[in-house]
Amino acid sequence: MISDLENKRLLLQGNEAVAYGALAAGCRFFAGYPITPATEISELLAAELPKVGGTFAQMEDEIASMGAIIGASLAGVKSMTATSGPGFSLMQENLGYACVAEVPCVIVNVMRGGPSTGLPTCPSQGDVQMARWGTHGDHPIIVLATSSVEDSFSITVKAFNLSEQFRVPVIILSDEVVAHTRECVQLPELKRIRIVDRIRPSVPPDWYKPYEGDNRGVPHMAAFGDGYRHHVTGLIHDEHGFPTQKENEVLHFQNRLTQKITRGFPEIMMTRNFMLEDAEVAVIAYGSVARSAYKAVEDARKQGTKAGLLQLITLFPFCRSQVTPVLEQCRAVLVPEMNMGQISREVQRVNQGKSIVVKHNRIDGNFITPQELYTQLVKL
Amino acid sequence: MRPMKAIRQRYEIRFSGSGGQGLITAAVIFAEAAGVYDGKFVCQTQSYGPEARGGRSKAEVVLSDSPIDYPKALNLDLLLAMNQVACDAYFFDLNASGLLIVDSTLVEQYPTSRIIPIPFTGIARDELGREMVANMIALGAVGHLCHRVTLENLEKALLNRVPKGTEKLNQEAFRRGVEEAEKCNLQDLPRSILTETDEV
Repeated sequence: MISDLENKRLLLQGNEAVAYGALAAGCRFFAGYPITPATEISELLAAELPKVGGTFAQMEDEIASMGAIIGASLAGVKSMTATSGPGFSLMQENLGYACVAEVPCVIVNVMRGGPSTGLPTCPSQGDVQMARWGTHGDHPIIVLATSSVEDSFSITVKAFNLSEQFRVPVIILSDEVVAHTRECVQLPELKRIRIVDRIRPSVPPDWYKPYEGDNRGVPHMAAFGDGYRHHVTGLIHDEHGFPTQKENEVLHFQNRLTQKITRGFPEIMMTRNFMLEDAEVAVIAYGSVARSAYKAVEDARKQGTKAGLLQLITLFPFCRSQVTPVLEQCRAVLVPEMNMGQISREVQRVNQGKSIVVKHNRIDGNFITPQELYTQLVKL
Repeated sequence: MRPMKAIRQRYEIRFSGSGGQGLITAAVIFAEAAGVYDGKFVCQTQSYGPEARGGRSKAEVVLSDSPIDYPKALNLDLLLAMNQVACDAYFFDLNASGLLIVDSTLVEQYPTSRIIPIPFTGIARDELGREMVANMIALGAVGHLCHRVTLENLEKALLNRVPKGTEKLNQEAFRRGVEEAEKCNLQDLPRSILTETDEV
């Protein structure tokens, strides 16, 4: 049981840390379908969830998995699913439903080489833009990237917190390297972990408007069975949860959906800086590639190049306020990714001529090495 | 200018062979002993093909006294090769003073004379009756020869990780590996994997 593991030194895989993070955050429902390289998350939760009174369901596919966690969340239980690229494709339809019905839930995508069944055992970062724009329509979503075992634990907790706080699906992007690397970690004391729960309505049932935002734009959420009868639909709805096509109501709904995230920017956007104070060139990286970048930056410093690193933890909403100062300060910025350039697109969008943005892409199923980045860095 | 060995903090080991030989298990046990029991920083990674048996398989352990940034091996200090293919493929990742340990049952052509050949599979098959435990014999030998992990802790980690009911067999295999490794004297080996003319 997770409570037996507090303060203990453990050798864990990234995937196992995600599962323990979910348990620590209060996740009590998991539905999923096994897929390399995400299966270990299901395996561990299948064993651990029943011990804490939770439910584990292996579904017939990823479409149903996504449907099941939305249902569980509407019934008031924190829920999660985990998959890899092919399964994530199947989840997109229901993911849109979770966005529009504002159902908090966490989706872990352990990225592997794609497209299609691709390279099941090789790392990739090919699903970054898909995580943002995979489901149709303008929609709010939060995408976080994890880079180590320790991260996998704390970012999963954070994902649940953001999801509950803003009533939005949160996607955790891991990759084969992070997922299968084993490292020693010490799990924190459970009672010291900050846990956020959705706000439940405090008004009498007759007064409850299920989709009326509070001052943050987030509606209070009653669980099915609490006595607050309400309607949930994928159609654009009014404050009572019923479909509407009235311009003012549609506009109000759409704006609120976007603005609840915009207002939360300071809390959502997370980055890490390394040797950026006096940097003249910088790497902007995320996920496992950030680890290669740490080493490359260190090596470049030894050689005399003033290099620095901005590691993105939140990928979307894009951390414009953290990236802009780096672009203003550095004469060139290197964006290494295990794809053809998905975050470099965002960096270029924010750049607007401030700095030189250099891409470094690797799509052969291999992990980017520090040497590659070092060679690029000292040339900048 | 190569950094002196004493200040080289990072120590990298690769366990390689074919899928099904138990190399990932061996690496996990090693990482657990060094990380959880010895208190070092460790990163254990692996790569393998989509098949469950056969195919190339490698598992790596990086040890350090400080937090590890890049989790995979860059310049091996120790390579365990459990078959010829792995030996040929990964030999060039060794650093010049690195140590090559091979399963001499399955590796016939040695790429260097700085090598420790031990017939892991042969011992497992002929003496212990189970070819399956060749990985644990190799783990014992690696543990003894790398001088980076306490053997008691390695054995403790092993007993924790192997399936119930097989503890005794695995322990015996592990001790047999240590015993074999004790017979080898690292001082007698050439100091570098480069040919002697290169060194002069």
